[in-house]
Amino acid sequence: MNRKPCPPRWPDKLLTWLIAPHLHEEVLGDLHERFHRRAERLGGIKARRRYWREVLAYVRLSFIKRKPSAYSKPTNTDMISNYFKIAFRNLVKNPAYSFINIFGLATAMAVAMLIGLWMYDELSFDKQPKHYDRIAQLWQFVKFDAEKSSYAVLPIPLANELRSKYPDFESVSLAVSREAVLDATGNQKFTKIGKYVEPGFTKMMSLTMRTGTDAGLNDVNSILLSESTAAAFFGSANPVNQLVKLNNKRNLRVSGVYEDFPSNSTFSDVSFLAPWKLFVAIDAGAKDSQNKWDNNDYQIFAQLKPGADFEEVSAKIKDIRMKMDNPPGYKPEFFLHPMRKWHLYSDFKDGVNTGGLIVFVWLFGIIGSFVLLLACINFMNLSTARSEKRAREVGIRKAVGSVRSQLVVQFFSESLVLSLLALVVSLLFVGLTLPFFNQMADKQMTLLWSNPGFWLSALGFSLLTGLIAGSYPALYLSSFQPVKVLKGAFRVGRFAAVPRKVLVGFQFTVSVTLIIGTIIVFRQIQHAKDRPVGYNRSGLIEIRMNTPDLYGHYESLRSDLLGTGAVAEMAESDASITVQNGGMTNVSWRGQAADLRPLMMSNRITHDYGKTVGWQVVAGRDFSRKFSTDSAAVILNETAVKLMGFKNPIGEIITWGGAKYTVTGMVRDMVRESPFEPVKPSFFVLNYEAANTIHAKLAPQLPAREALAKVEQVFRTYSPASPFDYKFVDDGYARKFGHEERIGKLAGVFSGLAILISCLGLFGLASFMAEQRTKEIGIRKVLGASVFTVWRLLSKEFVVLVIIAFCLAAPLAYYVLSDWLQNYEYRTELSWWIFAASGIGALVVTLLTVSFQSIKAALVNPVKSLRSE
Amino acid sequence: MRRSDLGEFEEVVLLAVAVLVPKAYSVMIAEELERETGQTVSTGAVHAALQRLEQKGYVTSVLGEATAERGGRRKRLFTVSALGGRVLTEVRSVRNRLWDRIVPPTLLEWS
Repeated sequence: MNRKPCPPRWPDKLLTWLIAPHLHEEVLGDLHERFHRRAERLGGIKARRRYWREVLAYVRLSFIKRKPSAYSKPTNTDMISNYFKIAFRNLVKNPAYSFINIFGLATAMAVAMLIGLWMYDELSFDKQPKHYDRIAQLWQFVKFDAEKSSYAVLPIPLANELRSKYPDFESVSLAVSREAVLDATGNQKFTKIGKYVEPGFTKMMSLTMRTGTDAGLNDVNSILLSESTAAAFFGSANPVNQLVKLNNKRNLRVSGVYEDFPSNSTFSDVSFLAPWKLFVAIDAGAKDSQNKWDNNDYQIFAQLKPGADFEEVSAKIKDIRMKMDNPPGYKPEFFLHPMRKWHLYSDFKDGVNTGGLIVFVWLFGIIGSFVLLLACINFMNLSTARSEKRAREVGIRKAVGSVRSQLVVQFFSESLVLSLLALVVSLLFVGLTLPFFNQMADKQMTLLWSNPGFWLSALGFSLLTGLIAGSYPALYLSSFQPVKVLKGAFRVGRFAAVPRKVLVGFQFTVSVTLIIGTIIVFRQIQHAKDRPVGYNRSGLIEIRMNTPDLYGHYESLRSDLLGTGAVAEMAESDASITVQNGGMTNVSWRGQAADLRPLMMSNRITHDYGKTVGWQVVAGRDFSRKFSTDSAAVILNETAVKLMGFKNPIGEIITWGGAKYTVTGMVRDMVRESPFEPVKPSFFVLNYEAANTIHAKLAPQLPAREALAKVEQVFRTYSPASPFDYKFVDDGYARKFGHEERIGKLAGVFSGLAILISCLGLFGLASFMAEQRTKEIGIRKVLGASVFTVWRLLSKEFVVLVIIAFCLAAPLAYYVLSDWLQNYEYRTELSWWIFAASGIGALVVTLLTVSFQSIKAALVNPVKSLRSE
Repeated sequence: MRRSDLGEFEEVVLLAVAVLVPKAYSVMIAEELERETGQTVSTGAVHAALQRLEQKGYVTSVLGEATAERGGRRKRLFTVSALGGRVLTEVRSVRNRLWDRIVPPTLLEWS
């Protein structure tokens, strides 16, 4: 009990924080004296308990109120103009730092802005119709094997069922997309994609009619054109009531012109709308499917009544088909896919929506904010690194009478000047790069000059950047004590560089993660590109038979084409080789499991198909004209054979739709759908009537242009009225990678910029370090240090940082990317060398950046560096 | 004289300052008042009252010397100003006059 009791600590802390500084001394003194007197009288414990009540008695406004400043207050504008002057002088005095700061920030802002525009565009997809939040497309889940798959194609009678029996629907429209040749008499011909729809469609999608009316959709002999299509056909003439010929067959009257669908709409490629009735009249399949519940080939769009909920209505319509008398084996479940989700949430897995493009919106959003963060870190790092120099300025300002708050305002205004300059530069960057970005991202975005929201966010965003970037110098530099700084006793402590190192480490973690990510994305694309496709794409062209003139001349057309010498082989089939449709479930074979009704892809081809596309026959033989029995023969692909479980498929009998076919051959799998997915089981039979596509293999010895000219000549003799519209299979195949390549390129560019920005910061930091240690290096050299030693001395620190950053980034990248790769059935490996390579790459880049400065510093003559004072 | 010019607690504190001069500071005043009234009085309340009195010009203050038990901090010493003295006497004479007018039987009834 010899120790004197002392008052509890933290009420004191509370008070020093709470009450005005000029009262600290007397108040705390009183409190302590009172405490000690009480302690003597009543003992320590009671005194402590009383102490609390004493402290609380000081919580009054009169103690909390700060003493008004003793300094005079010059008008704020005077000081602000002074801050700006000093800010500009600083900018001009250190052009290298200013460049790094402004350029880095501007690049980052430009990146963030481009990403912002991209996200805005993606998020505004399909939001144009007035009632977009009530519109949905009908989809169905079906179950061919273990998992539910999803399709947006439905049977025709479902539309009437919904209309007549479900009051939740305001309007329902059947639809189908088709490519068609349109020509207006005496004018050019165009191949356009259009939609055959029911009359309610235009109102549902809030289409604006430019001229004419949308009533034409009731009339089987009329058509609506988009504004751009009408302009292409008729120029400035009034298109209404003009005649347009469809597929060289039917004359249709233009009854109206609608405003084009915007580019960020699912229907952006729709150039004309024709009546559904017309489609039923010209398409045998549609006529045949009027009452067939299992011909799933058509789209249905629907608008719900206000207040109806998609989920609830989906639940109501789910089992429409299964409740009928003859439920099919594939167990269809109908559901509504809301319009606001069409674009970004279009993936389904086993009956559950798993997102879709929204992942990339998130991904790029994250990348954008990281890039911005990296630039802010540069800014902060360079400012703190220079703090020792600015400290003297702070000292003098304080000695002359600056108050801390003024210094805070000064540093903030300095960083705001920088960030506003950067904003101007970044707007310039965005303006210049937007066309390239549009091309790369396959978009038509514009800077939203007239959008107040854009300006608000751009300004807010640069203010925020300025505040974040300027916070450290403003709050830290302004706290220096003038006496210490001016005496020269001011030294940044050993740990002052720690936050700087942490920030640099963070920068490199982000950069290395981005490098690894980019490499993996490109590897994945390359992996799919290198996949054997099972046929030969080179010189293969396809012509859609969209005019009646091309039908029924197979043999003569073939011999004419071969006769030109420009074509090595020609065939016809019922689909382009880069798509796969015609899924069938009515196929059976010997030894089939009772519950197995898989989806098999049917292909109806001519004898020469195999030779034209160059497929690889693995077993048996190709179709041949020598065998008349081949009309009842079938060729399977490897997957189909595996599925059916045949050891030796040749000679097996397969039943399709009641007819029997003998297996004569097996071909290698051909990649026709997504190159990232496994090939579906397919079979090929001979059928000359079903053809709608001509495949031709150009003769390799002729230049493609010459060959095409000759081919065109032949086509002109058969169908003089139609445009010669051909497509290279190579292009069609390349388009399959479009999405992944776009993502890859964007990710590549952005991570490149992220690395550039990190390196800029590193460069500035390294140059600062070298400058600061000029004397040390001079003395070391005098004492015999070599250039290499000095270089090692200056580079070591950064190398350690990069290695730490790599250790953090590698597992992070591994985790994220292995997750991403799970999306692909056919995927590349996450091999260790990618990680090693990115680590080494980051190290090399760091060393190059730092070495420039450290070698420069190491080469300076010590006489010069030591003489200067 | 308006009532609000000198509150009751302020009046007591002012009197205590006059009693304790030249060693009148918050701790001493608070203890003195505790002794006299038998109730606990916190230095915070006294200090606040002193601030108000100083604002009104009834007391003046200077910083005194530091002691060890204050942790080396100085104390603020208060003295009653001339105005303060005049106010005190005024208040007192008002009371005295009133007291004097109470008739003796009433006084006896209380005791």
